[in-house]
Order: sequence, then structure tokens, then C-alpha cells
Amino acid sequence: MSLSNRFSLRKLMLSAALASAFVVTAPAVQAQTINAVMHSSVRVLDPIMTTAHITRNHGYMIYDTLLATDAKNEIQPQMVEKWEASADGKSYTFTLRPGLKWHDGTPVTAEDCVASIKRWAEQDKMGQMMTGQMSEMKVIDANSFVMVFKEATDIAVRALAKPSGIAPFMMPKRIAETPSTQPIKEFIGSGPFKMVAAEFKPGLQVVYEKNTDYVPRKEPASGLAGGKVVNVDRVKWVAMPDAMTSVNALINGEIDYLEQMPYDLLPLVENNPDIVLDVFDPQGYQTVMRMNFLNPPFDNKKVRQAAMYAVGQEDVLQALVGNPKYFKTCAALFGCGLPYESQAGAEVTVKPNIARAKELLKEAGYKGEPVVILQPTDAASVKTQPVVIGQALRAAGFNVQMQAMDWQTLVTRRASQASLADGGWNIFATNNVMAEALDPLRAFGVAANGKQAWFGWPDVPQIEVLRKQFALTTDLAEQKKLANDIQALVVEEGVLLPMGQYYVPAAIRKTLSKPVEAPVPVFWNMKKTGK
Amino acid sequence: MVNFILRRMLAAIPVMAMVAVIVFAILRLTPGDPAAIIAGDSATAEQLDQIRRVMGLDQPIYMQFFIWIGQLVRGDLGVSLLSGTPVSQMIVDRMGPSLALCLSTITLSVLLALPLGILAAWRQGKLLDRFVMATSVLGFSVPVFVTAYLLILVFSLKLGWFPVQGYRSPDEGLWMFVRSLTLPTLALSTVYVALIARITRTSIIEVMGEDFIRTARAKGLRERGVLLGHALRNAAVPIVTIIGVGIALLISGVVVTESVFNLPGLGRLVVEAVLGRDYPVIQALILLFAFIYVLINLVVDTLYTVFDPRIRY
Repeated sequence: MSLSNRFSLRKLMLSAALASAFVVTAPAVQAQTINAVMHSSVRVLDPIMTTAHITRNHGYMIYDTLLATDAKNEIQPQMVEKWEASADGKSYTFTLRPGLKWHDGTPVTAEDCVASIKRWAEQDKMGQMMTGQMSEMKVIDANSFVMVFKEATDIAVRALAKPSGIAPFMMPKRIAETPSTQPIKEFIGSGPFKMVAAEFKPGLQVVYEKNTDYVPRKEPASGLAGGKVVNVDRVKWVAMPDAMTSVNALINGEIDYLEQMPYDLLPLVENNPDIVLDVFDPQGYQTVMRMNFLNPPFDNKKVRQAAMYAVGQEDVLQALVGNPKYFKTCAALFGCGLPYESQAGAEVTVKPNIARAKELLKEAGYKGEPVVILQPTDAASVKTQPVVIGQALRAAGFNVQMQAMDWQTLVTRRASQASLADGGWNIFATNNVMAEALDPLRAFGVAANGKQAWFGWPDVPQIEVLRKQFALTTDLAEQKKLANDIQALVVEEGVLLPMGQYYVPAAIRKTLSKPVEAPVPVFWNMKKTGK
Repeated sequence: MVNFILRRMLAAIPVMAMVAVIVFAILRLTPGDPAAIIAGDSATAEQLDQIRRVMGLDQPIYMQFFIWIGQLVRGDLGVSLLSGTPVSQMIVDRMGPSLALCLSTITLSVLLALPLGILAAWRQGKLLDRFVMATSVLGFSVPVFVTAYLLILVFSLKLGWFPVQGYRSPDEGLWMFVRSLTLPTLALSTVYVALIARITRTSIIEVMGEDFIRTARAKGLRERGVLLGHALRNAAVPIVTIIGVGIALLISGVVVTESVFNLPGLGRLVVEAVLGRDYPVIQALILLFAFIYVLINLVVDTLYTVFDPRIRY
């Protein structure tokens, strides 16, 4: 062999080695996959143990609910074929629709549902309220069960259709019998998607595949109700810690769906012909301020009122959102454009009135006691409100002390009922998804049963009386009147200050069809062109 | 030498024990409650207590410490409080991207920085030297995330050569693996190239003034031979030190790069665990990083004897 031949052979072998090294191993058949970046990463998989929205969203992928609310907030059957109330209105019988199967192939039974409801009701506040009024819940046969109440009430229907907070997801009995304070170990539902357990990486990704056994309802999808038709093979939720990276990945076509588009990055995609920017949760969010009833100066009603007068919604929303297209001032504690909208207390909650705040402080005999405001600095959706509140309170004459911390520290700190000297607090701000705050039962911040209430521990017995009446009445007009009265009392007593409503746009590639509008991001009925 | 290595390994045990005590104490002194994080907004005090009981967080702190130490002695790092996944599995899953990024960064940095440092030293005070030094100041000064976004803008969004984010393991194809690591490696290397090039230059300039260099020149050795054969080897000790420190810093300090390029590595895991107050994960990771530091120090100290036979342990 000549030298040149030997050289060529060496080159050939080298080329072959390089080519084989760099070959891309493609899967045999590429599944059609929606790659989505959600607002947070999934770590906790048990949707009954936590109120974290990302876990709730995961719940809607793999589990189903007995009832659901549609786009008009009306309650519709989902897993059940029908429900019937007895003539005296005290018992409700639910009958499952035929053909429902768990992801392991076994049929869904009434026993499974009863066990699931029991576990859910131990954790959820509305569930606890329902259980308090229930005398028994029993299985009638494999497909039906009954709930019997001490008084006539439709709370069972309203609770089981609850879309957010802790939603009543159904699980097989053997899983639902896990104590509600211990996480479940198996993730088997009867929902439109199955979780691919082998591909779950906590904090990084969770993968779902189409549940081919799922039988969608015949009605068109509406809100969280109707036919959940899955049109893709897989949905992959990928966690991205950096917002800029998520937007760049969307622009570059590496992901298809970005659940929450950061407001400051909107200009990057607004004129992009490949990307659609839209709000798919028309109910949106509400930002709220909470005062601690246990610590001075907010143990004084007039001081609480002064603080409420000082804060203006427009200022808070400008700082939080900035773009008026995505916010609106709203006096309604239970949401504007929603069934229990009321203007009660609007003169206090919407526009700032510093002069009135000063008057009230004078009447209250405020002597400059410090007001500790908890300020989370690491979460974009809650870091601006305390700054605006602090400035407004200073203008009214409060002695404000801002205390910066991360959100998880705030979550621990706000649970403290101690005095300021021992690590207590006066004010924090947070946000509600409207779906979990649109009536006096769902809105846990409205409860005012003292130390049993949400952080801040307001003690206003009259609010609890009205909430109980709201739970018991089935008359919509009566419910609306009660909701109005509750809102008036909440503002009067300074239980919770609504600081306006806002909307978070999602950004999706044009290769995806428009998602179903719902208070939870859903992936059924979504189509994708290409892989 | 073997004795030295054994002695150093034994000395690492009290170091690790100290780290374990300190990290445990600091975590328990930091405000935050994993139970509150899991339970979410509407949990009652009773529910929180129940969750704490299930997690073992209701035990006195000294008991929690002894339980953890007992697990460690048995080689069990515990399970994540948030996801219930074994911590050892989480670390194994996340080790690959961090290791790959560190190796590629340090390799590229050494390959670029050594010649640049040598050239700068050789042309001391000349245009080339000034250029290398000015560029290295730039490398130091520009934050990694700015470099990263610029690289993404040019090479991903404009030219489409590389993906914006994500990690592909070598199992998915070598080319995919190389593509996913190229931009993160370039972004992270800028700092290390600057660091190693400056140290190399300074060390060589120092050595070039020594008598043995004059002797080498006097016996007629070419400048290349003087530089590579005599100066570089004698300047190696500080260079090896800085490379070792660089590797150690890289392993635990790639948080920004891993976040910007969405690489599922250990740096991101630390941040996620800290934000979620996932005690077992944080404790295990800090111990791991401490062990890596100890190990790299040992390797560097051992390498000194290779480059400088005068050093004996």
C-alpha cells in the first residue's frame, strides 16, 4: 500500500469515526408533544396536600372531578352522569357516568369517590365546612353514592365543583385512604392524561401522555367542564428558572407554550408573527392586603380603616403590572364581572384618601407605633405591593418599618401570632386566583373566626354568621345579598383590602390552537401542527 | 506520598464533620418552614403540625441532628422533604450536567488561557501583551449572565446555530450534547480564561528573571524552548493552584449559568432546595461540595510534587 493510500485510509477511518460519534439518535416514532413552561416547577405531586397552583394544575392533567364549573361559572356534571336532590333538600345522590376507568385499567367506583371526598374534605376549608353540615355519606351501589346533611343545603354541589384552592380530585380508594397529611405514593387518576412516572424529575420536568381510555363528555369544552378531548400524544412541562430564557426559548421555537408572560418582557413578543399573546384565564387574579388583628396598632378598627383609606388600587396595580391592558381597579371583593360582584365599600377600597386616613388616625389616638410590613423580594408577583403600601401609609402618618425577606420566610413569618418584639408582623400582601375567591365560602381570606381564621386572625362573629347563611341558602338572589353584606362588613372591619384585579397573558406559538379559556391552564382540546 | 494521601484523607473526616454541624445549625437557624411551603396558603395550624410530624420536624433539633448523622453513617442521604425522592438519586441525576459543564469549561479555559498567558509574558509590555491583559480585564468585568445573553442573542436567536437552553446527555447523541454545552461553556469560560491567563503571565514573568533562565539562554536554547521547557514548568505551581481553585469554584458556582441556559445541574438544585427549605437536599449538597473542595486540594497538592521535585511531603 502506497503512502498516499495509507493516508487516505486513515482519513476515511477518522471521518467514519467522527460521523458515528456525532450521529443524532432519533426516536423511532416522534410523538407529537406540547412543550410548556409553567409558572413554577412541580415538586409536590399530591394535589390534596397543598394549595400550590402548580400542583393543582398537575391535578387537572391526571385526575378528574365529579362536577366542574363552566365558562359562565355554572356547575356542570363531569365524572357524574347526574345528581339529584331529595325533596327536603337534605340529601344529594350522585351517579357516575358509565365507562370511567382509572389509569391502571380498573373501573371507577362510588367507593373510590367516597374515599376521595373524605380525604379532600379533611384538607380543604370548604370541604371542612361541608363535612360539618353532613350527617353521613354512603355508597349505594358501584356507581352511586349519597350525601345526607343536617339541614337543607346545596353546599355539596358547590364544594364538589370548586375549581381551585384544593380541588376535589378523585383517586382510587387504595390511594385515597392515605392519611391526608401524608403524601400519596401512586399517581393514578382517571383524567385525560397519564403521568409518565419514569420521566418525572422533581423541580425539572413532568411528562404526561394521552390517556387513550379516557371517554370525554359529549358537551363542548367550557371552562373546566365539558368534553376533555386530547389531541396530542404528550405534554411536557419543563421548568425554567429564568424568565428571559423562557421567552427566548419560545421565540426560538424550543417551547410551544409559556403560561405566564412577564409584563416587562412583553415587547419582545408583541410583534412576533409566530407568537400569540392572550389571556386565557378571563377571571384573572386579585391582589390583596392583610392586616394582623392581634398586634397594635391594627388591633384598633379605626387604624385598620385608616390604612385602607391610604392605599389606592391604581398605584398598586401600576407598580405590579404597569400595562393598563392587563389590570383594572375593582371594588368587588368577590371579583368584577363575576356572580357576586358588589360595590360595597368602594369609597374606601378603590381611590386613596390620605386626608381621611389622617383623620381616622387622629380619632384612633395613633401614637406612632411601628407598622411592620413583610416585603418578599424574590417573587415578582408580590414584591411591589408592600413598597406601594409602605409609601401610602407613610403619607398618612404611619411609622412604617419595611422588612425584606424571601417569600418562604414570609410564609413562615406570617404564621406567627407573636408580638412585633418577638417576630410578629402587621401587614403582608398576596394574590388570589379569582376562581378561589369568587364567593364568601371559597375566599378563605374572608373567614373571620379569630384564631381559626387565615393569617391575620380577624375576629368578626357577624361575618361567620353570614357565611353560614350563605352556605345554607340555595336562592341566588339571597346569596348575592349575603355576599354584598359580607363584603360591606369585611371592608368596615378591615378584614381584607382588595387592591384590584389583574390578568396574566400567556404566550403560545402559532403552531398551537387556542387553549380552552379556564381559571386553570388546561391542555385538552389543544391541537398542534407538526411535532 | 501514599502516607501523605492517607493522612490527608483522614484529616478530611473532622473537616466534613465540622461542615455537617455548621450546615445543620445554620439551616435550622434560618427562618422558613418546609411544612408551610408544602401545605400552602390555606392550611390550618393543626394541618401544619401534622405535616411537621410526618416529616419528623416536630422532633427536638438535637434529635433531628442525630437521626441525620445516623443516616449519613449508613450512607443514606435521606429523602427530599418536598418531592419524597431519595437525595442520592437527585444528586446523581443532577451531577451529569454540572460535571460536563465544569470539565468543558476548565478544558477550554486551560487550552485558551495557557497560550495567551505565555504569549503575553513573552511579549511583555508589547501590543500583544496589552491586548491580552485588556481582554482579560473585560473577561473579569462582564458578568457571566450578560455574556450568556449576548451569546444567545447572536448564536441562537440570530444565527440559529445553538439552542437557547436545555441539556442533552451524551446518550441522546454526541452532537446534541456538544451543541447544548457550547454556549454555556463559552459564557462561563470568559472568567476563567481571564483568571488563568493573568496568573500564567505573572508567574512566567517572575520565573523569566531567574538565573537558570539566563543560563538556558546562554547555552543557546531557543526562546520557545526557554519558555516551554524551563519557564512554564517552573511557573506551574501557581497555575495548577488557580486551575484547582477554578474547578472547585465551578462545581458549586455554576448557578447563574445553569439558570440562564436552563441546565439541570447541581447549582440549580442548591437554589431550589434553599428556596424550598428542603433541608436534607441542602445538607447533602453542602457536604458534597465540601468533599469536592477537600479532594481537589489534595489533587493539587499532589500535583505540586510532579511539577516541582523540590516539594516533598
